[in-house]
Amino acid sequence: MSLLELRDLKIHFDTRRRTVEAVRGIDLTVERGEILGIVGESGAGKSTIGNAIMGLLEPPGRIAGGEVIFDGARLDTMSEKQRRHIRGARIGMIFQDPMTSLNPLLTVGDQIAETICRHSGKPRATAMREAVAFLGEVGIPEPETRAGEYPHQFSGGMRQRVVITLALCADPDLVICDEPTTALDVSVQAQILDLLRRLCRERNVGAIFITHDMGVISEVTDRVAVMYQGRVVETGATASVLARPRHAYSQSLLAAVPRSDVRLDRFPQLDYRADGEDPSTRKVIDLSTHWLGRRVGEAATADVAPLLQAEGLTMRFVSHHSVVPSWRRSFAAVRDVSFDIRRGETFGLVGESGSGKSTVARMIAGLYEPSEGRIFYDRTEIAGPGAVAMQPRTRQQIQMIFQDPFSSLNRRKRVGDILTEPIRHHRLAASRGEADAIAADLLDHVGLGAEAARAYPHEFSGGQRQRISIARALATRPQFLICDEPTSALDVSIQAQILNLLKNLQQELGLTLLFISHDLPVIRQMCDRVGVMRSGEIVELAPAEQLFKAPAHPYTRELLSLMPRVVGEDVDRCAEGRQASAGTAQTKC
Amino acid sequence: MIRYVSGRLAQSLLVMFLVAAVAFALFGFVGDPIRQMITEDASQSEIDRLREMMGLNDPVPVQFWRYITGAVQGDFGVSYFHKRPVGALIAERLPATFELAGLSVLLSILIGVPLGVYTGLHRHGRIARGLMAVSLVGISIPTFLIGIMLIYLFSVILGWLPSFGRGETVALFGGAWTTGFFTVSGLKSLILPAITLALFQSTMIMRLVRAEMLDVMRTDYIKFARARGLRDRSVHFRHALKNTLMPVVTVIGLQLGTVIAFAIITESVFQWPGMGRLFLQAIQQVDIPVMSAYLIMIAFFFVVINLITDLAYYAIDPRLRTNAVKGGAHA
Repeated sequence: MSLLELRDLKIHFDTRRRTVEAVRGIDLTVERGEILGIVGESGAGKSTIGNAIMGLLEPPGRIAGGEVIFDGARLDTMSEKQRRHIRGARIGMIFQDPMTSLNPLLTVGDQIAETICRHSGKPRATAMREAVAFLGEVGIPEPETRAGEYPHQFSGGMRQRVVITLALCADPDLVICDEPTTALDVSVQAQILDLLRRLCRERNVGAIFITHDMGVISEVTDRVAVMYQGRVVETGATASVLARPRHAYSQSLLAAVPRSDVRLDRFPQLDYRADGEDPSTRKVIDLSTHWLGRRVGEAATADVAPLLQAEGLTMRFVSHHSVVPSWRRSFAAVRDVSFDIRRGETFGLVGESGSGKSTVARMIAGLYEPSEGRIFYDRTEIAGPGAVAMQPRTRQQIQMIFQDPFSSLNRRKRVGDILTEPIRHHRLAASRGEADAIAADLLDHVGLGAEAARAYPHEFSGGQRQRISIARALATRPQFLICDEPTSALDVSIQAQILNLLKNLQQELGLTLLFISHDLPVIRQMCDRVGVMRSGEIVELAPAEQLFKAPAHPYTRELLSLMPRVVGEDVDRCAEGRQASAGTAQTKC
Repeated sequence: MIRYVSGRLAQSLLVMFLVAAVAFALFGFVGDPIRQMITEDASQSEIDRLREMMGLNDPVPVQFWRYITGAVQGDFGVSYFHKRPVGALIAERLPATFELAGLSVLLSILIGVPLGVYTGLHRHGRIARGLMAVSLVGISIPTFLIGIMLIYLFSVILGWLPSFGRGETVALFGGAWTTGFFTVSGLKSLILPAITLALFQSTMIMRLVRAEMLDVMRTDYIKFARARGLRDRSVHFRHALKNTLMPVVTVIGLQLGTVIAFAIITESVFQWPGMGRLFLQAIQQVDIPVMSAYLIMIAFFFVVINLITDLAYYAIDPRLRTNAVKGGAHA
């Protein structure tokens, strides 16, 4: 008998207009001590399954059919009171964001002891001792002291360790991990995955890993189920699914994962979804005739000097305010960073959260004034002691694409107005009609179609919104684009589309890119030269290929070694997987 | 901790100093005090003598200093209208207002917080919706109307409760404080005005707690608490309610201040012998010493209440107590 069995599980969300079928009849089993991965893109219904097993479906979600059988007992028909004894005690759950999963007002030890008391009925003092012992076991140093501290005193990785403790402290048989490392840096992610795997093995706990990350699936799970639009399209042993995906969707999903081992010219465009652009119909922009190629009062330069130079950039933020200057405390988010960006190249900045990469981007964009150092753009000093106020022409040439496509577009404006605003601000069009025509054309080029101009941002998906952001950035005829984690909020297949689009546009328009990411494979696919940042400093700066093949700095080597790899990446997947999917792509066209 | 408190104290002192300056300026701007005190037929020499006696010929900073040092010791001068020391006038009426304000705020917390939690948790339930509808009425009817309606029902028709005054009071601390809490008539007299004042506040607190509960119940840590199988009681009160308290404490503090300072309407309706009526009279009679003393005193209450609110934050939220994050991203 399996530990957990899902039989033809259906989950529906009743809305006023219609019933959304989030999960459309899936069958899955988890054995004791086995780690099952559920992988799929957002909206595939992965998290809904986890919530349904826990009995935590938020209304209007409901189990519309099928059975959830846990250790021989039907969970879906159980009373709420009975379920409460299963929850936490027999099935634990770990959520995505460790920063928000813990109650900020209770000490860590309190929260663990409370859970132990609830399920074992042990006296509080015993529970507290167990909590401390458990904290030690998950690798928290000085557990006695740390148990008396509050969540905000822990770093992200440490908090996730606490969350793991909370999920496992009542000795459950099954643990559901919903994107357990998505919010963490790569080095922390590796540790957390190790810890989870070890605990599951040691305690013979069955686990379900819900994630969109193929690397995580490959590192941790024994078996994997690939979900697409509420259905499981493929299940099997992880190694064989990753090496030889049978279903066309699994193939396209794997093909879209950026590879860390080899740089490809473009991501394979094997989109299984309907809303992607068809690469064959995309018009190529000819700069000699197109609006984007027109220059305002300047000849196209064949200058060999770097387009952007950063010299000794330092950014200090005040961490303690005081009236007396000598009492003020500040910390340097960026320390003495220097680099050049050549015309037409993609310069990458990579590093973990807090390494200062976004701060550098903001200084270049003029959002922050550097505390020290200077920035030259096209030989003009735009920040630093000798800088005058940034000229409109320089502003027009530097544009930025932000990470979150949901908050970076004004939701009260139509897409057309979002695009024409910068055009009219910089007086790049003679009339309103011309500006509208340019906006329509830009939307065409980013693969959305001119009719998108009349819609509002909320009518678009994350990937489509990021296309709008790109079109908006292009609307001022920029030379230099700053992309701050442009795809980290997106699913892999969408990410592949967006990155291809950026590459195409760069090639056609001769753009120079500053590309910031924490994702090493993405950096490898996109960048010509890369700076690796840690604690506000660039520790290594090298051409991308050299950096990935022969990293010089120990920190770079550490980062590269921690990067989760998809098994079979080197041999099987490319050879067989891609041939197979190329076949489907052809039949699709 | 000491740093936090001393910082707040310094701010409070600054506020009090500025308010004292404004209160002092009242004397100069609202009119010549001598004109208010003398009769029509006073001679110039009498006026001059009075002016000299009151120190009005001294330079302004000297007068201000004298005013502040007096105020700190509770000496706010003599009321033009009552011809008695302002400090004594206020001291007489302070207990009435304090007891009324304290009781009404207590009532509003006892009613508002549980109802807020209930409506927040069962927001689609019938009872919760009914409560919300009633609360809208409570928030929109002006207090004087509620007071009059309560008097009509409980005093005029039913005759259960007195319609005005404080009833019998007992003197405490050698007459420094009079209280209505120890006599039946005193307690009876408190009920109607306290309810009148509490009605608006409790609906407001209820709506605030409800909104905060709705927010908190959506957070990850509540979902995680439920995923750990904790009892509803523990999830709702131990985890959720405590996290809603910060804004609630702020509002309760401000409410208490407002009720002490501006319970004028309720005090008038119930002919409550509190400070509100004293202030109203002072305005009618242009009794500047009373007005300026009132101003300083109310500012003082607000400052003290705010200080207590800040300390309550400090007790509730550990994030204010410690800011250092131990262990870096690599830990």
